[in-house]
Amino acid sequence: MKDHNRAKSLYLSRIASEFDRLRDDLKKQRLLNGTRDTAMARFAEIGFPTKRHEKWKHTDIRSLFSCQFETAEAVSLKKEAIDPFLLLGDEENFVVCVNGRFDRKLSRISEEIIACSLAHAAETRADLVDTHLAKHLGFQNSAFVALNTAFATDGIFIYVPDHTIVEKPIHLLHLSDNERATAYPRHLFIMGRNSRIQLIESYHSLRKSPYLNNCASEIILGNNARVEHLKIQSEDEQAFHIAARQVCQSRGSLYSSVAIDLGGSLSRNDLNVLLDAEGIETNLYGFYLARGSQLVDNHTFIDHAKPHCQSAELYKGVLSDHAVGVFSGKVLVRKDAQKTKAFQQNQTLLLSQDAKINSKPHLKIFADDVKCSHGATVGELDEEALFYMRTRGISEENAHAMLRYAFAQDVLAHIGNKTARQRVEEIVMERFKEHVN
Amino acid sequence: MLLKIKELRASVKDTEILKGINLKVNRGEVHAIMGPNGSGKSTLANLLSGREGYEATGGEVLFDGKNLLDMSTEERACQGLFLAFQYPVEIPGVSIANFLKSAVNDIRAYHGLSKIDAMEFLTLAKDKMKMLDMDSKFLRRSVNDGFSGGEKKRNEVFQLSMLNPRLAVLDETDSGLDIDALKIVANGVNRFHTKENGVVLITHYQRLLDYIAPDFVHVLVKGRIVESGGKELALHLEKHGYDWAIKSKKRVN
Ligand SMILES: Nc1ncnc2c1ncn2[C@@H]1O[C@H](COP(=O)(O)OP(=O)(O)OP(=O)(O)O)[C@@H](O)[C@H]1O
Ligand SMILES: [Mg+2]
Repeated sequence: MKDHNRAKSLYLSRIASEFDRLRDDLKKQRLLNGTRDTAMARFAEIGFPTKRHEKWKHTDIRSLFSCQFETAEAVSLKKEAIDPFLLLGDEENFVVCVNGRFDRKLSRISEEIIACSLAHAAETRADLVDTHLAKHLGFQNSAFVALNTAFATDGIFIYVPDHTIVEKPIHLLHLSDNERATAYPRHLFIMGRNSRIQLIESYHSLRKSPYLNNCASEIILGNNARVEHLKIQSEDEQAFHIAARQVCQSRGSLYSSVAIDLGGSLSRNDLNVLLDAEGIETNLYGFYLARGSQLVDNHTFIDHAKPHCQSAELYKGVLSDHAVGVFSGKVLVRKDAQKTKAFQQNQTLLLSQDAKINSKPHLKIFADDVKCSHGATVGELDEEALFYMRTRGISEENAHAMLRYAFAQDVLAHIGNKTARQRVEEIVMERFKEHVN
Repeated sequence: MLLKIKELRASVKDTEILKGINLKVNRGEVHAIMGPNGSGKSTLANLLSGREGYEATGGEVLFDGKNLLDMSTEERACQGLFLAFQYPVEIPGVSIANFLKSAVNDIRAYHGLSKIDAMEFLTLAKDKMKMLDMDSKFLRRSVNDGFSGGEKKRNEVFQLSMLNPRLAVLDETDSGLDIDALKIVANGVNRFHTKENGVVLITHYQRLLDYIAPDFVHVLVKGRIVESGGKELALHLEKHGYDWAIKSKKRVN
């Protein structure tokens, strides 16, 4: 206990001195200028969450303090370094971020979208950036978002103009090449009216080491915009991945998210969606796979503020060894949000006695004419099915892998891009074969 | 000899169900096992397949001379034992194609063979499905998921024809089938059956035996085979019921 406290105060003073050290450099940037000090001050007030915070009661972040992280330095990589992480084989649109910084040399983007460094956009598209950045994703109640807001120096800016349909998916490839450092990727995606895009956001490590990725994203969808957003978190198993995403949808828009969590010693995703107009559709799918002593935590919040919208949410996971899963899904249906349809489900397979899931699906409904359902299940593999497969000569190992895979399919099938889906299926199947029981 | 069961005793949850079974099946033979509900027919089939909870407490089972009861379930399958279930299991999310391809490949791997070529597999599967009058769309459906009773049974015989085992034990594969389906399924079994392999049919009805002619018929009552004979025994049972067999057993005793 004492050790933890000492580590924590050391960590806190480190953050403070880090901010002082970088202050002059940070001030030179237009990005987040004027907001940083406020964010840092807010962080100083609220501090890191403890288990007494409702939203963190199952996720102990104290292991973070023993890693005295510094701010990650910029690194330039050779083109070959990124090849193994290309998901589609022949990505035509891809953006590479190394240690949270946009790498222009490694990135390639087609004409019709603006995708660039957020730091750059803060100068060249000040109109858009000033309107939206740090305006949707609040740092008042989140230590990590506050820190990201104080420290972020770069990230990805995407702007899809009105009526633009981006045919090829855009892969946002994040590589971590550091040891014991913190990166603060900061993203802002703005989708014009009637625009369409597929985003594939992935996180990988080039080194086996503990580090922290503290990510924050804001995504704004114009009227009738359609966004398919796949995120694959495949960080090193010593790493920390803490990400917050705020999505704001306008009338008639569709936002479909599939979030795959495979890596990290501790990963935490906060995904909030605001449905603040009519005719909106939101789909949140998630699949988490954890083993050893990994902890994976998904907190989602779907805010139905206006009538005639629908949301569907399905998060599934497979936990083995001592792994811990946390799912908290809040669906709020406000008084005005009549005719809302909301469905939410969390299902977890526990493959060992010591694996654990804390699942809390919850609906808060203040409108009276709605169709909503929610639920959570926890189970083991179907013994009957396993036996049946084995009577056909299928090895126990393969039978296990196939059943887990079938379980995952309900989520993976929602990955719209076929190549990406097949790649993810392969990765998941590999992982299933790696840990038999 | 393909299968040799000697004085087999078996318990389920500490209750003795099989009380000394003797049965010999040679290559090329078809055996039918009949008997009243609860007499232990499915217990025998389950025991042969190695299902958990079914414990042999005495006797032995030799499969092609090897001790079957020492093998794992999948090893039995790889050695060439196939059981068509009375109640096939539904596996949502696993397609029949994937399921069978894995089975074929794992059995091949057991025998040191390489994986089956994907096209070869597909051609073979479509061929067998045609024989069983099944739509090839079934390949993409989840195993038994939402299948009608008859479709499930047909799927069992489809698997049988794909895996081509040395011994097939069919547990009431005929029940739940309409007359046309019965003919098709029986035809599937007959096509499978050669001089090299054996078939054990567990059934309640003579009508299946009209299509698949058994070489031997056995009557299982309360965990014992009380009567064995040729195919005329089935006809006799149909007329006189199991009471007759039970009484005749008493006479013998
Ligand atoms: N898993 C089990 N748990 C408890 N009892 C069992 C189990 N399996 C079989 N039994 C019992 O063993 C006896 C024999 O059952 P079995 O299923 O072998 O009969 P059967 O001859 O196949 O009958 P049917 O013609 O109705 O299919 C029955 O009394 C049954 O209740
Ligand atoms: Mg039975």
